[in-house]
This record gives sequence, C-alpha cells and structure tokens, in this order.
Amino acid sequence: MSLVNITLKNTPAATPAPVTGPEYWRSLDQLADTPEFRTWVEREFPDDAAAVLDGNSRRTMLKIMAASFGLAGLAACSRPEYRLAPQARGREDYIPGAAYNYTSVFSLGGHASGLVVQTYEGRPSKIEGNPDHPASLGAATALAQASLLSVYDPDRSKAVLDGGKQSTWEKFEAAVKGLSLGDGSGLRFLSGTVISPTLDSLRAEALKKWPKAKWVEYESIGRDNERAGAMLAFGQAVNVHPQFDKAKVILSLDYDFLGADYPTPLATKLFSKNRHVDSEEDLEKISRLYVVESQFSLTGANAEHRLRMQGGEVQKFAADLVAALSAAPAGNDKRGKFLAALAKDLKAAGKDALVVAGPRQPAIVHALAHQINQTLGVATVTYTKAASSDRVDSGVDALKTLTGEMTGGQVTTLIILGGNPAFTAPADLQFGAALAKVANSIHLGAEDDETAAAAKWHLPEAHYLEAWGDAQSTDGVVAIQQPMIEPIFGGKSAIEVMAVLLDSKDRKGLDLVKNFWTAQWPAATKENTWRKTLNDGVIAGTQTAEVKVSVDSKRIQAMPAPAANGIEVGFVPSATTWDGRFANNAWMQEAPDPITKLVWTNVALISPAMGREKGWKDGDMVALTRANLKLEAAVMVQPGHADNAVTIALGYGRPRSGSVGTNVGYNAGLIRTSDSFWFGQGFAIAATGAKEILANTQEHGSMEEPQLVAGIKPNKRPLVRETTIEEYKKNSKAIEEMNEVPELDSVYPQLKWEGLQWGMAIDLGACTGCNACVVACQAENNVPSVGKDQVLRGREMHWIRMDRYYVGSVDDPRAVEQPIPCMQCENAPCENVCPVQATTHSPEGLNDMAYNRCVGTRYCANNCPFKVRHFNFLDWHKNFLERRRIEPELMQMVYNPDVTVRMRGIMEKCTYCVQRIQEARIATKTDNRREFTGEGVVTACQQTCPADAISFGNINDPNSKVAKLKKQERNYAMLAELDVRPRTTYLGRLRNPNPELEAS
Amino acid sequence: MSHSPDPAVLIAQIKDKLGIGDDKVYAVMGEFAEPEDLVEAGRRIRAMGYTKIDAMTPFPVHGIDEAIGVPYSKIGWIVICGALAGITTAQILIYYVGAIDYPLIIGGKPLFDFTYSIPPTFELAVLFSAITTFICTWGLSGLPRLYHPSMNYRNAHRASDDRFLLVVEADDPKFDAQKTAQDMRSVGANDVEVVEG
Amino acid sequence: MSAVVQDPQLMAVNPPLVQGATDLHDLTDQISSVVEAKVYETPLKYWITLMITGSVVLLLGAMLTYLVNTGIGVWGNNRPIGWAWDITNFVFWIGIGHAGTLISAILFLFRQKWRTSINRSAEAMTLFAVMCAGIFPLFHTGRPWRAFYWLFPIPNTDLNIWQNFRSPLIWDVFAVSTYFTVSLLFWYTGLVPDLASLRDRATSKIRQVVFAILSLGWRGSARHWRHYEQAYLILAGISTPLVLSVHSVVSFDFATSVIPGWHTTIFPPYFVAGAIFSGFACVMTLLLIARWTLNLQNLITIKHLDNMNKIILVTGSVVGYAYCTEFFIAWYSGDIYERFTFLNRAFGPYWWAAWAMYSCNVFIPQLYWSKKMRTNLWVMFIISITTNIGMWFERFVIIATSLTRDFLPSSWGYYSPTWVDICTFIGTIGLFLTLFLLFARFLPMIAMSEVKGVAAIEKHSFAGQVEGSPSHR
Repeated sequence: MSLVNITLKNTPAATPAPVTGPEYWRSLDQLADTPEFRTWVEREFPDDAAAVLDGNSRRTMLKIMAASFGLAGLAACSRPEYRLAPQARGREDYIPGAAYNYTSVFSLGGHASGLVVQTYEGRPSKIEGNPDHPASLGAATALAQASLLSVYDPDRSKAVLDGGKQSTWEKFEAAVKGLSLGDGSGLRFLSGTVISPTLDSLRAEALKKWPKAKWVEYESIGRDNERAGAMLAFGQAVNVHPQFDKAKVILSLDYDFLGADYPTPLATKLFSKNRHVDSEEDLEKISRLYVVESQFSLTGANAEHRLRMQGGEVQKFAADLVAALSAAPAGNDKRGKFLAALAKDLKAAGKDALVVAGPRQPAIVHALAHQINQTLGVATVTYTKAASSDRVDSGVDALKTLTGEMTGGQVTTLIILGGNPAFTAPADLQFGAALAKVANSIHLGAEDDETAAAAKWHLPEAHYLEAWGDAQSTDGVVAIQQPMIEPIFGGKSAIEVMAVLLDSKDRKGLDLVKNFWTAQWPAATKENTWRKTLNDGVIAGTQTAEVKVSVDSKRIQAMPAPAANGIEVGFVPSATTWDGRFANNAWMQEAPDPITKLVWTNVALISPAMGREKGWKDGDMVALTRANLKLEAAVMVQPGHADNAVTIALGYGRPRSGSVGTNVGYNAGLIRTSDSFWFGQGFAIAATGAKEILANTQEHGSMEEPQLVAGIKPNKRPLVRETTIEEYKKNSKAIEEMNEVPELDSVYPQLKWEGLQWGMAIDLGACTGCNACVVACQAENNVPSVGKDQVLRGREMHWIRMDRYYVGSVDDPRAVEQPIPCMQCENAPCENVCPVQATTHSPEGLNDMAYNRCVGTRYCANNCPFKVRHFNFLDWHKNFLERRRIEPELMQMVYNPDVTVRMRGIMEKCTYCVQRIQEARIATKTDNRREFTGEGVVTACQQTCPADAISFGNINDPNSKVAKLKKQERNYAMLAELDVRPRTTYLGRLRNPNPELEAS
Repeated sequence: MSHSPDPAVLIAQIKDKLGIGDDKVYAVMGEFAEPEDLVEAGRRIRAMGYTKIDAMTPFPVHGIDEAIGVPYSKIGWIVICGALAGITTAQILIYYVGAIDYPLIIGGKPLFDFTYSIPPTFELAVLFSAITTFICTWGLSGLPRLYHPSMNYRNAHRASDDRFLLVVEADDPKFDAQKTAQDMRSVGANDVEVVEG
Repeated sequence: MSAVVQDPQLMAVNPPLVQGATDLHDLTDQISSVVEAKVYETPLKYWITLMITGSVVLLLGAMLTYLVNTGIGVWGNNRPIGWAWDITNFVFWIGIGHAGTLISAILFLFRQKWRTSINRSAEAMTLFAVMCAGIFPLFHTGRPWRAFYWLFPIPNTDLNIWQNFRSPLIWDVFAVSTYFTVSLLFWYTGLVPDLASLRDRATSKIRQVVFAILSLGWRGSARHWRHYEQAYLILAGISTPLVLSVHSVVSFDFATSVIPGWHTTIFPPYFVAGAIFSGFACVMTLLLIARWTLNLQNLITIKHLDNMNKIILVTGSVVGYAYCTEFFIAWYSGDIYERFTFLNRAFGPYWWAAWAMYSCNVFIPQLYWSKKMRTNLWVMFIISITTNIGMWFERFVIIATSLTRDFLPSSWGYYSPTWVDICTFIGTIGLFLTLFLLFARFLPMIAMSEVKGVAAIEKHSFAGQVEGSPSHR
C-alpha cells in the first residue's frame, strides 16, 4: 500500500508576516531574509549557504527553492519524517484504494455534531453526518464539512514557538517542569466552552492540583446568554431543547436557528420535518414561523411572517407579547397588528406553540421566552440538566475579570487552550496588551495567529481529525472524536497539553480518552463497548434524563429596554468563517453567504431606507465609530434589514491569518465591546468616500424583471413557485398553472427512457438554503476555489448553487432559496451543440461529460438555460497551489480519488455524483446480487441536506421516493416550455401564513 | 514554281538536307494586332481545310473557338460527378460515425437524421466540385508544364500582353511548312514563322 | 491601336472602366509596373504603412501565445457570457470576407463589367478575412492543441470519438474550411493568366522561374481558355450559393440554440444581408486606401465606388428591416423571455452598443440616397468605416448581450473585455492589412486579362460582332 510521506524540512516555516496569495512571488525576497529561511538554507546547502544568502545569487537560490517545493516528494524518500497512512503494515482486510469510513465528532461554539469521515489510504477526504448522533442525524453543516480542508491547510501552525523563535515540544515540556505554580494563585486557564468530558476531568484534576487556579471559558460566539437565561428563569442550569418538529406555531426572537446561530443540523432537521408534504394530512402539519429580528437571517427568509426591529427592541417586544397574551394589545401599526395576530395565534396553538430566543439576545429575553412557553403550557420544549462545575467562570464578564487580573499582574501563568482570544475578545478588553503582561503565557492554537504573536509560548494544535477526543451534546450524548490521520504538522490536542501540564502518566490522546471512559465501564465488556462506541460514534446510554423545571416569574422583571439613540450595530456569527477560525479556509471563503450571496468578505448591512436616506450604494466605505473605537467597512443594502441598524458579521478582517484569510473583509471585533457584545447603541456612521468592489455570486435578486421602459409591465418569471396551503387546498394545480406550457412537439421522435433512469426532486418547501449541499458537492467532486478576483469575473465553479430571490417590497421582502444542480435534461441543449461529443447522454439519463474529450468551446454553457455548466478559464488547481505555496502532496490529499481533477480549458458540471452510482453498481456486482436497481445511491448534496429536501433515485421504479414525489401535483420542471425535459424537478413551496397578517 | 524563294521555304529545304525535317517543326505561327483580325484569319485558315489550329491570346477572344473549331469544354459534366461524390461522402460519413461506429444519445435526437446532415452535405458537395473544377481546368489543358515549343516563337511573350497569335500545328495532315506559312501570310498574319519543336 | 474607349457617345452612357491607358500594352505596363517596381520605386508611404501593420501582427502573435499558455481566463469571457469578442470577431471577419466572393462571383454572373477592376482585390480580401476569422474559432477553445484536429472527422486513436454532426459548430468547420478552399482556388484560377503575363515580362531569372511555376505554363491558347472560362463560370456559380450557405451556417450557431435573442429564424437572411453590407463597406475602405497609396485612380473610378455605395445603401436598409422584424416578433411571440431580451437589448446595460449598431448600420447609410454623398470620397470613406463599426457591434449585441441576461435572473452577468481581448482583435486587423498590402504590392491587383477583355468589348460593343461579357458563351 502506498505511504504518503512529507518532509516539511523542505519548506521554510511560515514567515513572520504571512504573505498574501497574489504577492507570493514579490514576497520571495522578504521571505529569503527571514531567519527560518536562513537556517533552512544552511541545513540544506551547508557548503555554500553564505553564497546563497548573499543578495546576488539569492534569486537563483529562490529558483532552486521553488523547485524543491515540487520535489518535496522525492526529498521525502530520503528522510521520511512521519507517515500519513495509519496502517504502516498491510492488513488482510484492507483494500488499497477503497474508501473507509470512521466516526468522529466536530465541536463548535459549545455544540457537538457527530460525523462519519471517509478516508482513502488514511487520508480524510469527505465529511458526512453520523446518523446515530442526536445532533447530526446524518447531516453535516457547511462549516463541519469545510473543516476537512483545514486539515491540509499549509498555513497552519507548524512548530512550537518560544517567543517567536522556533522551538520543540521537548523544550516546552522542560520549560513546563520549570514552572513553579505553587497553589496556582498565579495560574489561569483560558479555553472555549468545554464539552469534552475527558478535558473536563483533566480540568477538575488541575483545579484540584492548583486550588487557587482559575479556569475561564470564553467563546466569541457562545451559548452564555442561553445558559444565563435558563438560570434566570429556572434558577438552575438547564439545557433547553426546542422540539421544532412538534410545534405548530413558532416564534423566534432574533434566533437564526436555521442559520449561523445553531451550528448543528439538528434545528434544521427538526424544523423541516413537518414541511415535507406527501399527503393531504401533511398539509396540516406545516408549522407557522414568526420571526422578529434585525438582520435578514436565513430563519427570517423561511418565516411566514417577519417583523424587523433593532436587536435591542426585541426585549421590549417579548415583554409586550407577555402582556398581549393576557390582554389584547393596542396599536394599529405593523408592529401592533403583528403582535396581536401573533398573540392570538400562539394562544390558539396552546401546547403546540413554541417561543425561542436567540443566543445574541440577553438573558432576560430567554427568560421571557421560557415564561411565555410556560404560560402557554407548551409541550414542544424539553429540558435537561446542564453539567456545571463550580470555579469555572464563563462568558465575556469572566474574560473581562481575567484581563483585569492579567493587566494587574496577578496572572503569572496563562494557559490558552485553543481559540484566538487576541482576535475574538472584545476590543475594550485589550486582550493582546494584557497577554503581553503575563510572564508565562502558553497558547495552544491551530494557527500562528494574533494570540500566538502575543503569547510567549505557542504550541501547534492538532486538528480535531488528527487527535483523539470526545464531545458531549447538550442532551448529554457523548461522541468519541477519532483521528483520521497523524498530526501533519506535529500538533497536540488540548487534552494532551493538559496531560503534559499535569505530568500525568497517560500522555497520548488515545490513552487519555480511552482510559477515561473504559474506567467507567465493567472490566469484562470494556473492550467490546469501546469498539462498539468507535463504530457507532456515540457512547450508548449517555443521554441525560429530562428534568421538569418551572419558571419563577418573580425573578423576571422586564428591565427597561435601552432607549434607542442613534444607530444600533449588531454583530452576528459569520455563516462562512464563524468567529474567524475558518478565515483561512478557501471553501468557506467562497461559499456564498446564504442571504447576501457575498463571497470573500463581510460587509456592514444596512436597510434600504438607510441606503436611500444616506445615498449609499453597495460597496461604499463607511466608518463606524463609538468613543475611540473605529471600523471602516463597505456597506451593502440588505432588503428586509431593520432601519437605523447596521449588522456586521464577525470572523473577517483577520490581521494575522494564513495566505487565504489575512485581511479579507472587515474586522468587526474593532468595535465590539463587552458592553455591546452582540448589539449596541450610539454608533456614528459616516461615509469615507472610498469604494470597495464586492464579489457576489448573484447580481440580480428578483424573479421580477427590472423595469427598463416606463409603461411596459415587467414580467415575473415562474422559477421558484410557492403558494399557500389554502390556495393549494382550493386548487392543487396552482403550482403547475403558474406557467402555461404550450403543446410541445418535436420534429424528432421522442426517445424511450426504459429501465434504470436517474432523476432528482428538490422540495423547495423543505429547503432552507443553508449551503450544506454546496460545500458537500465541492468536497465530493474536487470543485476548485477560484478566489475573489475570479468570482468578480463570474467564474465561480460550484456545481450546485443556491439561488436566492426576494419576494415583495424591497424594504420588507420575503426570500426564497432554490438549489440549482444540473437539470440533466433528457433533450439536453448542451449536448446538441458540442462539436466533439464531449457531453452526451448515458442510457440511464445522465448528462455525462467526457472531460478528456472536451476542447472547451463553451457552446454548451451558452446554450444551457440553467447556466449550470462551469468552465476552467484558468488552471484553477495550479493557480491555487501557486497562490498558496502548497506542497503538491498536501493539496492532493484532499481530493476525492474517484473524481477526475479537471484541467484548464474544459467544461465541468454536476454529474449526479456518477462516481457514487458506479460505486453502488460495482458493489451490487461484487456481492453478486440481482441486477442493479439503483437502490442505495445517495448523492453528496442529498446525503448532507439537513432538511432532506433532495431526493434522488430511479424514476422508473414506482416505489422509489423520487418517483413518488415527481407524481405530486406540486412537482414542476423549470422552463418546461423549452421541451428540454429536465430530470431535476422541483416541488413547489407551500406556506402557512396567518390570514390576518397576509391580508394586511 | 517559286522564283523568289520564300525564306521560310528555304529554311525548310535546308532542314530537309540536314535531315531535321518537318517532324522537328512544331507549327507555323503568326501574329495579329487586333482580336477581330485573328478571328477572321482563323476562320479563313480553317476554310482552307486546316484542322489543327490554335490561337494564343491575352484574353479570351470571342468567336475564335467557332472560328478555328475548338470543341466545347466538357468540364461541367465532370464537376457534376464531383458534386455527387461530395454528397455521397457526406451522407455516408455522417451515417457511419453517428449510427454505426460510435452511436451516442445526444440531445434526445436520433442517431442519424437527414435534417441535421444537410449543411455538411452541402458544403462537401461544393468542396468536391470546386476541387474537381480546379484539377480539370489544368488537367484538360495539359497543364502544368514549364516548356512548350510555342515559346520559341519570336513574339510568344506578347501573347499574354497585346498580341493575338494564330497557330497551325505541324501534325495537321494538311501541314506543309512553306504552304502553310504562305497561307498564314495570305490571311494577314505578321511575323509568320515556322516554329521548331 | 487604342484598346480603350474614347468614343464620346459611349462615354456618355457608360463611363470607361479603365482610363489613361492608351492601349493593351500600356494597360499591362500600368498594372504590372506596381508588381515589377524596384523597392525604391514603390512610394515610401507604402513601406511605412506596411511596417506599422507588420508590427501589429507581432502583437497578435504575442497575444495568442499568452492566451494558449495561460488560458481563456485572460479574456473577459465568463459565466454566463461564454462567447464575447472571440466569436464576435469571428462572425465579423467572415462577414467581411463575403463581399469579396459576391463581388467577383455574383457580379460576374450578373455580367457587371465594372467588377473587373476590383474583383481581384475583393477575392484577396476574402481570403485574408477568412484567415483572420479562422483564428478565433480555433483559439477561443480551451484546448486549441486538441481542437485543431478533433474538430475534423479524422479518425483519432486517443478516444475514437467522432464529431457531432448535430452541432452547428461542426457545420461551421465544414462551411468555413470549404469557403476558404473554394475562395483560394477561385482567386488563384483568376490569377494564372496574369501570372503568365508577368512571367513573359520577367527580366530576372528568378522572376521568370517563380512566375513560370506559379502560372503553370499558361500560354493563353484557345484550348486553355475554353476550359478556363467554363471553370471560372462554374466556380463563380458554386461560390454564390456557398457564400449564402456559409453565413447561414454561421447564423445557425445562434439560431439553433435555445437562448432568447439567439433562437431566431430570420437569422440566415439577416446575417447574409449584414455580411454583404459589412463586406462592401470593407472593400470600399480598402480600395480607397489602395487607390490613395498606389495611385490607382485610373483603375478604380468614381463609378465603381458609386455602384458599391448603392449596394451598401440597399443592404443597410435590409439589415434595418431585420432589426424591426426582430422587435416585432419579440412582442408578437408573447414569450416573456424573448420580450425581455429585446427590451434589454435596446434599454438594458448594453443600450449603447445597440444604439451604436442602429445608427451606424441603418441611419447613417441613408445619406447615400443623394448622389453627392455617394460620390464624395471622404463621405464614403467615413461611412465605410462607421458601417464596419456598426456591423461589429451588431455581432457583439447579438452574441454577448443576449447571453448576459437569459432565463434565470440568478445567473445574469455583465461582460467587459480585457486588454488581451482588445489587442487580439487589433492584431487580426493588422494581419489583414499586412496581407492585403503585401498582395497589392507583389501580385497584380487588377485582373489584366479580364480588363483587357472588357476594354476590347467596350470598344466593339457597338459593332455587334462580339457581345456580352468576356465570359459570354
């Protein structure tokens, strides 16, 4: 079997200032001046190092060096540093080239989602959800899937740094032994929310060993408000589990649970469950979603009714709702009507109602939500006891205290376990400066980032797919985090570092995790239980029991909402870079924001009214200022955004990231303070006069044609079709009749499509537009990233894209999302025009591409009515390598070996994951079953869809789900009048609006 | 019979003595300044019973063919065959590659259909006929050739400029250097010459 | 003798085609002198012009090298606008080429004697235009190194896949390659008798040998002429439908697609009219330049130019009619996509391109209703230029702007060219002019044998003995 070897000795360690992609060649000279480079040269060319380093022959040197990147493999043969393949010795049951799946778990912001990771020769190449995991249920979010690319990120931290100088783990361990921590009074730990029981146990151990030490948990995007809200309402720490699938009427108080506020597929899974309509009864199941929020979120887009307001006004709204439930409210404005109708609806729903509050809303709003739920006596939310250990402070206030201590010099040793607080901490805390004051600061981090720069010691953190660990979901279920690959850059995990600090006998992640758990199991069965656990991915029976809690309404006094003064600025998690940890991840950078469709940046979102009033257009630079804080960012007019409010996503504008993420977008952290952590009043906003070009993947956001000539009425194109349940009950043909298709007649006889015929049906009612399919496709099909400049030229490559159309007034629209893969037309217009027969039809109805036959006339793309064909205008993969100076081996490891990597100058497109079809077909043959009927084929997008909106299979098999769906009356083909006969059809969206509000 | 011996005749006689007789002679050639004179002369020469007559002119002079009895060109018929060949080739090619050698489903259309085979068929027909025409033009005219005895004629180079030459070739049964030369003069040709082959 | 007309009453009805030449020999001299001139005898302005255009050819070479080495990405093409300047230029050049064939073939069949003084250069123009056109379909492909032989039905061992004869691009391959071959044969056939004259006039050995070979040993024998005239007639006969077919096929690239703005049945006639229109304009430009640089006032008379301007006026109006039809049908069809495409064409982001095309192609040529305009050298020079600009825009508007906004608003886009696009196009113009200048200097620009024929007839057309054109049989 093949061993993939890499010696990173062949490449200099990261330069102090990571060079941005395009400047790479220009920066070689600087690169050549770095100490790392010099030491490297001296090691590689001992004799004439001096000659090499003198300016004249440096250029030549750089050429050699450039070559040596390419020769990394060869060099590796001589001095393999470590093997990347887990099985050094061949195994009987191991088939080289076959895919092996292992379970693992992905933790983000206090959430855990179980994964199934596909590996080839010990290289993780695809991430999917673990069906057995309660928070995944078989799906995976875009972020979880994209985390795969970070494994192979060449900009990850590669070496232990001691005051910026390259050091080693041995030296570090020696230094740790040297520390005199005493009772730990000067010792502080800083970590993200700890959901790993193993780490928790080590924490307990540490706090026992150093009784005066403190452990602070800080998440830039965390669940502190939820926790505090529960505390406030119930007087005890409970986890709240909204059962979106059980609710008939849902109110979201600024809670983007379908989007970035809920980083596991669970909420979407539950919410979309009763939006699948297969029968008359199902019509009744469709829930009604009300959303009040500031920015136009994905949840808002999926809402039946949405009320926009500043984030700060939500509290008032919640309080008014409490009142409205007892006495009908006054007020005849939009808000009044909304409130009245909502209250009525909630009361009517009674136990089927559900009110949820968002993690960005203060505790009081959560408490009010709990109170309302209790008043309504809802049966749609359950509670479990939350694990809370004392002497653990969490949240922004805890961090504030800590920085206080640090500046005050009380902290002699600070151990930062993961995360990048120097970037994510509120600006007013000056964390970076405080950190510099700490004598022994140790930072374990994935990147040589802002925090690493300020810390004394920097330790490279192993990626979660490189290290053993575990994670506990809020309902208590524990999943084991299995590594797929040896740490490529020799990193260690948090638990391993803790083991070093505690000088415990187990130092290896595996031993730490395994021993922690097996100790709790009966000795006889522990091995089997362990194996079973690894196989299932979850530890059986770890679910915590539900608890009954009741709101003590005395504790909830709705405190006066902050008086509106001036502009409110709101901060939201980035759907693409989260809190910045995915900033160097090209897949996420290029995954369009679900609503704005922007890539490679964040922006200051403003309402159309504000845009009109100030005369600002998309891309105008503005300065947001408050006190001595200032942020310059480009604005974008966001339909449906609250007035007098600005929303900006976190996680961009990293001053010190890798070659992809550095200085991309705007650092919202610059104006984010501890007192306005999620939103705050009193910001001044003014245009700077500068302009920025924003790259988005969708220019025109409406199915309505633009008004070009006064007096000629623009048509609305029936692309995304939706209707209300009432309409649909009245006329089940409503969807179909939205586009009258003439009698279609071809001069050619229609082909008979017999036997196995592939087809896809996408349920627009269920799809929330979360982007998971886009990233899944990118990972599965080796779809390249092209970079901002190319997206600006309209050359993005996503095989499945998410179209977003606004419906209604620009100030207060709704939005619909529509995933667009290849339609696999039976009468494919693309095939007719290809001069060299590079794209033809398979007998099973697939529109195939013969990449090695394509000459790249682009005629097929022109003639595609759906514009799903993507052309390799440049050698994207090479381009990518050059711009990021990636060792070829490293880059290639992420590829799916079953899918061709397309070269420059040819066309590519969605193939319904033909490689998966072939895999299934071969499987049928090898275990010589009866002939292949197409069962068990699941496309990448379908597999990962948290809303189960995508169905795929044999449309000639009447029992297949897809065939059944296509029989539905709300099933329609886009542009049917062209007689291209798409195999991908859509199920019209059914909405359940409140008649009272729909009328108004 | 001739008292004042004609130089041309003398030359012919000398040739006889030397044993380089008429067989070495290509033709008798004479020139005219005006196309009409050429045509007229040609007609008269032919009337005298000469059959192997030719004319060399800077541009196609009209009536000369009838005058000196050059037959009508058959090139058109050959070209029609060329066109037919083009059509068949195209149809066979398109049918073979599409329906026999490598059948593929494309755009839900049949493996072969007359409708979409029309444009290439037409073009091939045109191409084949054009090439046939081109080849025949020179082939039937016995071209290309770099040498031709008529070039030995003093004024041959003016045939492409402003003179109109009349030629009676030696292999004409009625040819006789002296007689023919006289006849040429009698129809008004200037610079009459017995041109050697 | 005087081959050329001085007869007053004839002058009145039919001004002479060839002035100044006193007899046939003089005429041969006049025409050949250009070719036979020593380097220093050719006007300096000629060499300077050649130098400039030559350097533009180098630019073209550089651009194509860069393109092939880097990828189509160096152009502005994107998704959805897969074709932009590349195919625009292709259609533009093909269109230009067509006038050449029409002038020499159709006017020949219609017995238009005035063609003789310009047909040679018109045919040459066709060849060079088709060469320029040919560059684009090849180099606009992502992998030209494959395209150049995968596009032809040559059995290949690497994949054994054939061509798709349903694809208009394959029809293009057949049409354009046929067109080039036929035009080349037609042009060369016409050239042979004149090459013979040059051979006979040649003084240096090299010239003699070279022209002897090129002229295939032509000696103007009646036995040559009879085949020659037949052949010429046939070539003219097949070139005429060929021209129509070629541009029809080119228009099929768009007409057979599903894209609104492309999917239009009037394209074949509309494109052909446009081709004649732009082609004549281009011939006009070239003749005026040649007339100026090589002092051919005697050979290219105002009469020729006037005739050509009439044709420009007619074809321009036909094109204008086509524009109106398109809009009418777009409205009448009731197809919302079609309707929007045409609104968008005239009032969308590319309104300027559309209006440039309407003004240059329809409005400006209307000036030619007045004879004063038709005979004013400056006016006709400017209009010949604007016409070509307008026709370039027509292709751009049809090809690129139809693609910018098709069915799904989500994938609407905008196209703007890069410097490489622009330099490549300029480069082909340079190539075209260079080839033309070389031809004008090194080959007889006027078909001597034909002019002589015409001259002879004009002299004698009142003497009923010889009738019709030189090719009358």
